[in-house]
Amino acid sequence: MSLDFSKLFTTLQTRFGDAILSTSEFRSQQVLRVKRESILAVMTFLRDDASAKFEMLTDVTCVDGLRLPTDMQKEFTERFAVVYQLTSISQNARLRVKAYVSEDPCEIDSVSGVWDSANWGEREAYDLFGVVFKGHPDLKRILMPDNYEGHPLRKDYPLKGRGERDNFPKFNYAQAQGF
Amino acid sequence: MADTTEMGTGVIGSDKSGDGGFITTTINSLINWGRSNSLWPMPFGTACCAIEMMATLSSRYDLSRFGAEVIRFSPRQSDLMIVSGRISIKMMPVLIEIYNQMPEPKWCISMGACASTGGVFDTYTLIQGVDQFIPVDVYIPGCPPRPEGLIDAVMLIQQKIKRNERNYKLYDRTKHPLDFQPVSLVSNSTQAAPELTGTRHSLPDKDTPLQEALFGLPERDVKHVARIGNA
Repeated sequence: MSLDFSKLFTTLQTRFGDAILSTSEFRSQQVLRVKRESILAVMTFLRDDASAKFEMLTDVTCVDGLRLPTDMQKEFTERFAVVYQLTSISQNARLRVKAYVSEDPCEIDSVSGVWDSANWGEREAYDLFGVVFKGHPDLKRILMPDNYEGHPLRKDYPLKGRGERDNFPKFNYAQAQGF
Repeated sequence: MADTTEMGTGVIGSDKSGDGGFITTTINSLINWGRSNSLWPMPFGTACCAIEMMATLSSRYDLSRFGAEVIRFSPRQSDLMIVSGRISIKMMPVLIEIYNQMPEPKWCISMGACASTGGVFDTYTLIQGVDQFIPVDVYIPGCPPRPEGLIDAVMLIQQKIKRNERNYKLYDRTKHPLDFQPVSLVSNSTQAAPELTGTRHSLPDKDTPLQEALFGLPERDVKHVARIGNA
């Protein structure tokens, strides 16, 4: 039984009004763009409502739109786009939800209360892009070392780093207790 | 009388010139023979080169033919560290800690391009060569190197052990000094520069195919040999 996306988008439009910025389709992949203030309400609706049972959050990631080509740039209303990939197992459907986050304040509500799988995905987006997820239970770095400074996947971060790879702090067993 | 006294001390212990006596050098060479033929590797495999290392340790390219049968992830019971794979800045302190836990004498093989120089990844996370932080005895180029390359490196290590040589000096770090130093005690080995596998296969004439340089042109197809620059 497949999901009827046009009906779903109409329902979202009537329920959330101007929080839904736009919808689109790319090669049979459905994309929904929402305002970042209402991300939590929209996500809870998408998980719980019978017409859109997206039980699974597959991925949380982020895109830095700083120096994109013009035709890709025009959909970016702010600098960062936080992208959520949702999957509905019961209805065999996938949906991409995008929310645009500016540099200052670089914040968005965390959906780790809605899906537990958002926990590490949001930690990764925080670690590599600097997007702060409000309400996240344990927002800390996940890939880079704990005392690393900077967010490497931003487009204004140098590829070769800032000298960290030639010198790094010593491994300390006492600090490692909290792992 | 004086002759026999001097000869006596020379045979059993070391004499005044500093060379070992006959029995000491024989025992040393016996010990080195034993060490080289029973190398216990510590496989520090992090990425793709580890797969090739596993292939070398399996039955087809069996590394235990060379005595390297005991592959345990225990640094305290090993004497050869094989660093295979990318080492990130988060992993490097762990690598140094494991290297420090290995007892002397120890040797190190840097397998593959990423462990030797950082490989294709010239980025903010990866160490551009583990030789910046631990002394390396043999480098293996390749991405990943074939199992024969790793076997070649182990054989080079065996020859180094028999000559009682190892590398216990780090490269010059005055540009990026560390506030700690990986421990590398000096045993009674002599310092030797690291070696590179595969240099013996590099030809002076780089255009000549390897087979032709080693075995000559096959007699049948002389006129069909294509060379760079010829029609």
